[in-house]
Amino acid sequence: MSDVKVDKPAAVPADKKNWRSSGGVRGWFGRQHWAVRTVLIIVFAVLAYLLPYAGDIPVLGPQIITEGIDWPSALFNMSYYVLLALGLNVVVGFAGLLDLGYVGFFAVGAYTVALLTSPDSILKTEWGWLAAVPVALAVAMVSGLILGWPTLRLRGDYLAIVTLGFAEIIRIFATSSETLRGDRGFADIPHPPGSYSDGKPIFGVADATPYYWLGLSVIILVILGVRNLDRSRVGRSWLAIREDEEAAEIMGVRTIKYKLWAFAIGAFIGGLGGVMFAGQQGFMNSQTFILQFSILVLAGVVMGGSGNIFGAILGGALISYIPDRLRGIEDPIFHTDLFGFRFAIFGAIIILIMIFRPQGLIPSRRRAMELKDREKEVAPQ
Amino acid sequence: MLLELQDVTLLYGRIQALHGISLTVEQGEIVALIGANGAGKSTTMRAISGLRPVAQGKITFDGEDITKMRADVRVVRGVSQSPEGRGIFPGMTVRENLEMGAYTRRNRTEINEDLDRAFTLFPRLKEREKQVGGTMSGGEQQMLAVGRALMSRPKLLLLDEPSMGLAPMLIQQIFDIVVEINQQGTTVLLVEQNAQQALSRAHRAYVLETGRIVKSGTGAELLHDPSVKDAYLGVA
Repeated sequence: MSDVKVDKPAAVPADKKNWRSSGGVRGWFGRQHWAVRTVLIIVFAVLAYLLPYAGDIPVLGPQIITEGIDWPSALFNMSYYVLLALGLNVVVGFAGLLDLGYVGFFAVGAYTVALLTSPDSILKTEWGWLAAVPVALAVAMVSGLILGWPTLRLRGDYLAIVTLGFAEIIRIFATSSETLRGDRGFADIPHPPGSYSDGKPIFGVADATPYYWLGLSVIILVILGVRNLDRSRVGRSWLAIREDEEAAEIMGVRTIKYKLWAFAIGAFIGGLGGVMFAGQQGFMNSQTFILQFSILVLAGVVMGGSGNIFGAILGGALISYIPDRLRGIEDPIFHTDLFGFRFAIFGAIIILIMIFRPQGLIPSRRRAMELKDREKEVAPQ
Repeated sequence: MLLELQDVTLLYGRIQALHGISLTVEQGEIVALIGANGAGKSTTMRAISGLRPVAQGKITFDGEDITKMRADVRVVRGVSQSPEGRGIFPGMTVRENLEMGAYTRRNRTEINEDLDRAFTLFPRLKEREKQVGGTMSGGEQQMLAVGRALMSRPKLLLLDEPSMGLAPMLIQQIFDIVVEINQQGTTVLLVEQNAQQALSRAHRAYVLETGRIVKSGTGAELLHDPSVKDAYLGVA
């Protein structure tokens, strides 16, 4: 009898340490020497740059790459979705502002490029792509401030509705206005500059790989910028606003200023997505900027893990990858392209993720805690 | 005079929550606002901290008209609030919550001094330094809210219902600490439903009913006032 009693505490140690309680992958990563961490990050980045050649991996490669659309193009699509997810994550994940019209900023960026560069534009400026980029980003950022200034005094649902309206206004304006050319759109938007030694342009029509590399490089810069912001006083202010806006205010946080910052930075990154999109496609019209686009990106952020940069990246990549992967696969019942079922399949995947990982695939620890706290409000224990 | 409200009215939409509140708080005092649910106690606090704009009237703090001043600037001037329902940041650790209280300040040495002070006042917080706010008990969260409000080195500490939802033992303890904070030189304006405790600890008090001040006096006076006894102290 006494033996059992002595044994018990040993069987259940006071501070149980397991993989999960010591931080899982992130905890393990954080405990490594900085040199190890740097090497790991570089290896990861190099692998990302090599993704266009994923099809060459034996056995596994053909399972990964898309069949109905050429793989580098699919990768480029993923890259601008990831950009959008990163930007929306600043607004929704960091500052906690529900923006349902994020595609609006994507459209502002893309249309500014089109207006400045396309021969179809009434401006007739026909700038190069690169020259239009800073103007487009500035216009996107200003549009974020203009939308934010009156609306960020609103909270929660109201903000969501106003931002939804904003995106629809832009789309309808683009459809009906002569200047933005509606369905006819803008053709001959120039590609990014640069040529190989033999005079062939780097950014051509045939191969999307250089666009993907450009997109990936922009993504890496954005990650660095966003991460630094998140760890700065600005990030701390966003965190406080997201967790309890009133409490943040009585701590001395000038809430409207930081909310505007979140909106402007989000708009900037969204505009960047639009700029990249316009530069690769060469043609765009008002059909590109449908509401569904905003919802999809938001779904990506939530699915990946709102408030976590790497969650947003994963989510953004998946919302583009899953439909593209379904292209060109015949479904067994109706013998049509599975792509037609993309939303049904996609919806099922989202539901499964939300059931098994409600905080997202790579959740933010803090957000998980906040969610718990809110559950308490709904159903007090 | 540290704080003065002159005839302050406040509206929530079309509903008038405050009907001309006038009160004063002197340097070094503990002043209590007591009253029933919905009497306008928390609303008065929100008017002082700047969370709600006032419709009419004037708020003077430390000789300066702060009626139209932004809430974040009032913190810099020396007004600090521990909000009703605690309002701690659930995803931040105890330490991070306290650091948030020092948001407007830059001097690291002073902030560290004040962290030590908060941990001395509330040893429990020191034990829980790395714990996430949302996982703590009600009493611990209340301590954290008060400790955090002190981190801005306020001239005036606004405490909204510090005893709400706490066990009797803890209520005693929280009020002991409030008195201690006051003796260390911070002026306190306190909103309470627990009138017994509030009146026995406060120098002066105001009684609020439906957005009006109906009575004022020293804590002891009100504690023995028959009508106050009847309405708020639950003594037959």
